[in-house]
Amino acid sequence: MPVMQGAGAINQALRRLPTWPGYLVGLVPAAYWITLAFQNRLGADPVRTLEHELGIIALQFLVAALAVTPLRELTGVSFLRFRRMFGLLAFAYAILHFTTWLVLDRQLDWPRILADLVKRPYIILGMTALLMLIPLAATSFDRAVRWLGGARWRRLHRLAYPATALAAVHFVWLVKTWPLEPLLYAAVVALLLAWRVRGAVFSRRRRIRGQRAA
Amino acid sequence: MRRKLGYADVTPKNVYLSRRTLMAGAAGLAAGALLPGGALARIAAEASPYSIDATPTAYEDITSYNNFYEFGVDKGDPKAHAGALTTEPWSVVIDGLVGRPGTYPLEDLVAPARLEERIYRLRCVEGWSMVIPWIGFPLADVLSRAEPGSGARYVAFETLMRPEEMPGQRGFFQPLDWPYVEGLRLDEAMHPLTILATGLYGEELPNQNGAPLRLVVPWKYGFKSIKSIVRITLTADQPPTTWNLQNPREYGFYSNVNPAVDHPRWSQATERVIGGGIFAPRRETELFNGYAEEVGHLYAGMDLTVHY
Repeated sequence: MPVMQGAGAINQALRRLPTWPGYLVGLVPAAYWITLAFQNRLGADPVRTLEHELGIIALQFLVAALAVTPLRELTGVSFLRFRRMFGLLAFAYAILHFTTWLVLDRQLDWPRILADLVKRPYIILGMTALLMLIPLAATSFDRAVRWLGGARWRRLHRLAYPATALAAVHFVWLVKTWPLEPLLYAAVVALLLAWRVRGAVFSRRRRIRGQRAA
Repeated sequence: MRRKLGYADVTPKNVYLSRRTLMAGAAGLAAGALLPGGALARIAAEASPYSIDATPTAYEDITSYNNFYEFGVDKGDPKAHAGALTTEPWSVVIDGLVGRPGTYPLEDLVAPARLEERIYRLRCVEGWSMVIPWIGFPLADVLSRAEPGSGARYVAFETLMRPEEMPGQRGFFQPLDWPYVEGLRLDEAMHPLTILATGLYGEELPNQNGAPLRLVVPWKYGFKSIKSIVRITLTADQPPTTWNLQNPREYGFYSNVNPAVDHPRWSQATERVIGGGIFAPRRETELFNGYAEEVGHLYAGMDLTVHY
């Protein structure tokens, strides 16, 4: 396994960091965008801007959570202690993004909201991604791991893969042409998921080889 | 129901003037036309019975929230990059099935026109709208002077192609095929609501809004109102249009505003109103953007879900 020079020192430094201030820092952008929105300082179409920024940050935290393992395997640097925080912040931003859509954009027009939820593919994808994150957030505390057992908990939390993929496609699907930004996110997510597929294939081969040897 | 309402009725003049002054200074606009000694160069224009009775969107919003992909795909790109566009000299080729084809200097097209102020609602296919006090004149004037031939049934339009000054037209990653082209049926083009605009809010059109000459067809989605026009061609056959080429399932030739015909990916029943802040109520989108009385007959007998 390739390990970067100095990874140990970085890991030691990371271990000394408490995680709780990360939640506060992670919510600063939300406070920033929401404050600007209430001050009407988000330009001509503030609802769209707020919605977009909150959604992007949700996607960024999902990507961060998915990047933890490949980063550790590639460089030896481990952000594992922060992964739960990335996931929970992603969930928080997804909820804020969804609430903005529900309240400020669609203005609680329930018949049309329900019609969109069953008819519009990009909304269905976004909604499905959000629904997938709910059990993950609900089982994010230590005791849940013990209740479920490590194996079951890990299997459940693989929902993060489809959720992130759906979120990335949701972004690509709602824009008019093929602008660069959503495609870049989709490419990064695809790489992170490909890493898992590769890992799964390798470990299966190893297992099969191990059985043959025995 | 419609009566003339000037922007001066809704925006206190000192507020509007100071906003313009600030913007001109801050953005480093080519302020020559705007601020010779503090006096604004106002375009003389008559009121029009075609204006709607609605509060115009703030000048700043109209000029900072634009879809003009030649300058980039973000809404702020046109304002950021369009300053580099040279709009003088400018000429428009009028050709195809006309009796008097030729290359017309912009002045020759505008000089004979009686400029009017037309306060129209602009409804974008993306689901938002703003109210814009255009300065312009009927497209029919220009077409009539060019003498359409008897076989002419459509009008094709083309936007400037100038990658040196339009960053969206150069580089590896481009969202549309250039030049941008649009088209109308001849009767749509000759309709008195259809104008060529040269200004807004009483002043020359800012580059990001399609200077020096753009089309405004208020009952169609905004992308039909092609900007920075360099060619007008009368044709017998329906001309290709840029968004239709990009995605024929989503953008038809007609693209009439219609709350009952959804975009395949989103509803068109309502629209976000630009400029009202985060609690501005959504607006119910109207058939033909509120001009059903004036233009409905153009589409009599047509299935609008097929001819979207």
